[in-house]
Amino acid sequence: MTLLQVNNLVVEFPHRRGALRALDGISFDIAPGEILGVVGESGAGKSLTGAAIVGLLEPPGRIAGGQILLEGQRIDNLPYEQMRHLRGRKIGAVFQDPLTSLNPLYTIGRQLTETIQTHLPVSDHEARARAIALLQDTGIPAAEQRLDHYPHQFSGGMRQRVVIALALAAEPRLIVADEPTTALDVSIQAQIITLLKTICKERGAAVMLITHDMGVIAETCDRVAVMYAGRIVEMGPVHEVIHHPVHPYTSGLMAAIPDIMADHERLHQIDGAMPRLNAIPAGCAFNPRCPQTFARCRSDRPELMSAGVTRAACWLHAPVGVGA
Amino acid sequence: MKALVHAHDLAMTFDVSPPWLNRVVEGKPRQLLHAVDGVSFEIEKGKTLALVGESGCGKSTVARLLVGLYEPTRGSLTFDNQDAHAVYKTPQSAKLRRRIQMIFQDPYASLNPRWRVEDIVGEPLEEHGLISDPVRLRERVAELLRSVGMSALDGPKYPHQFSGGQRQRISIARALATGPEFLVCDEPTSALDVSVQAQVLNIMKDLQRTLGLTYLFISHNLAVVRHMSDQVGVMYLGRLVELADKQTLFANPRHPYTRMLLDAIPKLHDTGRARTPVQGEVPNPLNPPSGCAFNPRCPLANDRCRSERPLLQEVAGDRVACHAVEEGRIQA
Repeated sequence: MTLLQVNNLVVEFPHRRGALRALDGISFDIAPGEILGVVGESGAGKSLTGAAIVGLLEPPGRIAGGQILLEGQRIDNLPYEQMRHLRGRKIGAVFQDPLTSLNPLYTIGRQLTETIQTHLPVSDHEARARAIALLQDTGIPAAEQRLDHYPHQFSGGMRQRVVIALALAAEPRLIVADEPTTALDVSIQAQIITLLKTICKERGAAVMLITHDMGVIAETCDRVAVMYAGRIVEMGPVHEVIHHPVHPYTSGLMAAIPDIMADHERLHQIDGAMPRLNAIPAGCAFNPRCPQTFARCRSDRPELMSAGVTRAACWLHAPVGVGA
Repeated sequence: MKALVHAHDLAMTFDVSPPWLNRVVEGKPRQLLHAVDGVSFEIEKGKTLALVGESGCGKSTVARLLVGLYEPTRGSLTFDNQDAHAVYKTPQSAKLRRRIQMIFQDPYASLNPRWRVEDIVGEPLEEHGLISDPVRLRERVAELLRSVGMSALDGPKYPHQFSGGQRQRISIARALATGPEFLVCDEPTSALDVSVQAQVLNIMKDLQRTLGLTYLFISHNLAVVRHMSDQVGVMYLGRLVELADKQTLFANPRHPYTRMLLDAIPKLHDTGRARTPVQGEVPNPLNPPSGCAFNPRCPLANDRCRSERPLLQEVAGDRVACHAVEEGRIQA
């Protein structure tokens, strides 16, 4: 039973000459208790996917096609008020910068109890008790005193814990975490990742973890989706995708990461840059940078197809005898 | 071989006291922030020293000290046998500045958006009076752009027409314009995506080989540091806690903080591995702990660590500032 199902999602930005497709046919699902990593370079559309799911697409961006289903119900076409209620209750969100996700003028206790009481019918006293429990669960020492502190009195790592506590306040089924550790130092990053992992396993919540850091993905996720120019190019179990990538973009990306365990004279580099939205090449969007391009890559667009354990959108893995 | 760059006990203190009136009326004390507190190292010609550490450890302040953007409150910098900060004050400073250049972290903020690329890259040449003839200037700019893998046709374009990686290459071309020997690179690739980062790092390595450049490379990414450096200095709260050859540092880290950092990095190799995360956070530099600054987070801290500050000492070829290492309480 899947918790979140995304079918053929298309997000467009209206433009003078037609619409720009920022997301083009994204499909994936997440099961309860599962952590799905979404990885890609800037502009690949990973944050946009997250924003579309939590219903926070910034206008003029809009969902132009496809469906998003949460527990079997469509949520992509809900009216604003209904979506607002769902967000927080069923879907929690954690963003990159913990300082801008918190209101600097309210104590974190007030922000937590407000969130709890918006979504759950509990008394003031009980809301406070829950807030303390949440802070304790996220590893904030002296939670009872910290409740009356303002965001600026917390360090970066502690703030991100507060944001996670906020996201968990109404016990959502799905958490969308967009680059939750990018603004943090490595030692703090390790703490936050461990926290996210344990909390999700304990509560059985599904997590969509958006990041550009393959190391974080490797340690945290069960499955990973690699995005390039608004599409998923490879998806599969994290171990497979990292150690035996089948899409040329994924393998190029993996080889470009400097290795902390070994020395290399030169890094593998993918020449060129990701295409802009108004200049996505025909066929496979990666074809101008791909070392293994052949004629079909320039004319036909590959869909995700089975390639061993994982699925890749690449004609190299087209079943023999089909099309060609 | 004689070191090209020699930092001796460099220190930088910032006065972050409340305004005079608040001090007088509210009786608030003066406050000093020791951003860099006694850092010494040498870099040999053609080599790379990398500085790593978490935010607020003072690595960027060291970079700014080296290029003369700050004047140190204590200590000195010797560059090619001259006292750099003494020279910076004299009219001959331009000659020295030409030999030391800097690459900044954010290629969006460090290039003037209203200038064409050829003006950005050509400005140091004109400013230092190296080339005045416009034809030769254009040739030299084209040559510089080609050396970083760009085209001479990119000259008349503006920075916004380029991606982050290309902009960083423009900054490198600008830094190379005066023919420097020593480049201070402050997180040159942290704003870039990995595939683009690889392009920039490869170019930097190629340039080092062909031009015999010396680098001070600052990064918080240990994998990048391993790729780029010959020597690595690990900083914590304004001090070097370990300074060692790259091979030694990664194979056999001695200081507990270095070990912690290496352990904290998410690794591609062990998917799904459960880690024991390090406890605690970097203390407030305004109010650092007594003794060894790392003692509140260190598993090996004892009374001596809490009271006496360890000095950077030679241990089997490395330099480590740790009582536990010195006393043999830690298994090296």
